[in-house]
Amino acid sequence: MIDERLQTSKTESKNIISPTKTITLRISRSNPKKNAEQKFDEFKIPYQKWTTVLDAILEVKKHLDHSVGVRYSCRQASCGSCGMKINGRPSLACFTKLSELKSNVVTVEPMNNFPIIRDLAVGFERMFSTHKKLKPYIINEESEIKPGKKEFLQTPEDVEKYIQFANCIKCGLCNSVCPTMATDSSFIGPQALAQAYRYVADSRDKGKDERLKIIDDSHGIFRCHFAGSCSQVCPKGVDPAMGIQLLRGYLLGFRD
Amino acid sequence: MRESLIMKIHYGTALASVALVAVHILFRLTQGFAESLQYESVIANYKFLPYAGMLEIILILLSIHGFNGLRVILLELKQGPGYEKSVTYGCLAAMALTILYGSRTIFMTSFGMV
Amino acid sequence: MAKVDENKEGIKGMANPTRYGIERFAYLLMRLTGLGLLAYFVAHIYETSNILQGKVGWEEFLEITQTPEGHIILAIVIGMSVFHTVNGIRVMLGHGGIGVGKPARPDYPYVPQSQNARHKIAIYSAIVLSALAMMYGLAVMFGE
Repeated sequence: MIDERLQTSKTESKNIISPTKTITLRISRSNPKKNAEQKFDEFKIPYQKWTTVLDAILEVKKHLDHSVGVRYSCRQASCGSCGMKINGRPSLACFTKLSELKSNVVTVEPMNNFPIIRDLAVGFERMFSTHKKLKPYIINEESEIKPGKKEFLQTPEDVEKYIQFANCIKCGLCNSVCPTMATDSSFIGPQALAQAYRYVADSRDKGKDERLKIIDDSHGIFRCHFAGSCSQVCPKGVDPAMGIQLLRGYLLGFRD
Repeated sequence: MRESLIMKIHYGTALASVALVAVHILFRLTQGFAESLQYESVIANYKFLPYAGMLEIILILLSIHGFNGLRVILLELKQGPGYEKSVTYGCLAAMALTILYGSRTIFMTSFGMV
Repeated sequence: MAKVDENKEGIKGMANPTRYGIERFAYLLMRLTGLGLLAYFVAHIYETSNILQGKVGWEEFLEITQTPEGHIILAIVIGMSVFHTVNGIRVMLGHGGIGVGKPARPDYPYVPQSQNARHKIAIYSAIVLSALAMMYGLAVMFGE
């Protein structure tokens, strides 16, 4: 049967068909506006080698249960909308293939350390407000556009110093996995701290002292203990743990 | 006190106490572990003032490092202005009490008040 | 304003060393050894204050501590001190930005530079040194 299909497909498209398997998708369902109950709904979903967790969830929404609440947008790991806990580990649903999980049962839950709006969608207000507090923009008195003024120049080496931290898509996976954020609601969090470093390391920026003052707090940068889980889960290679330790070097006198 | 200064003290006390505690432990291993714990041996150590001074410094360094570490762990577990103030002052008080109690032992033994 | 449930993982999340590599395990061990050593430190200050009770009082206390159980507790304390010291030095250097790698343009598969072999080796070394120190301590205490 499979040989016949392969023969047909080689004639038609020369692609190898991935055999269709079935997985049990357990989706966490909760509606905090109604009650504190959280339950799991199970769905049997066919999938192939390339099927992502987001594909499976949207398959559920399309054919089985339209009411599943999920946030998504680009489907290509650039918007950061679809962050959720997949088999206990925060990941982007669009960037995680079911076949990679090597499990017949896939459990999806909302990210921890974010308030749940409904089902898999969580609120990002606190993360965004903390991010804004760290002044995530170039601070430079000479940045006003005046006639005759040229743009700030940067060498490729200058750009290399901060470009990886600029890759942050604000997905919140790092904040979700951080062991300090698990218990400390006031902690600034790896996302904001890494973004603070992104600007401090930018040669065009003159706001280093302002930002260092903000993070030098009892719930600031020193509540990071370099567990490194943020970097383990970051889908864009931002490596927030590196940024935080480099930033801390300024406060401890390892760097000027 | 700024958190960066508190953490510099935390790291400084850590490094200093590693060196001094290593000396303290080596003293116990010079004679033979069991003999070094005998009453006369311990009294002799305390009467040797540089050693007693070193013990006092270890006491202060480790109290600061230990109770500051406890303060950090407790601050991360729960938040709130009242709670945070009580944790900070509680740890400071525990630090002071430990130093006072330990210093009492060191001074009384070193100056022959046993 | 109504209190929002932050859906925090809580202590279960903070104390979960699985799933994220040896660095997370080292973070948890650092906390546990720190608390253990603090408890031992306070107990040690009390224990040594018995010297003020004179020879009789001191030897009475030695009968409690110089027992097989006392030796095992002390061996655990030795292990905790060595781990806490070695890992603490690794963390201190890391906190200063040493050994965490150099920023570079990230490329797929986005392996984080800060979670590098240097830090992993340092953590495993701390564990091995701690075990060796415990064995030496037990040999000294039980060997006499």
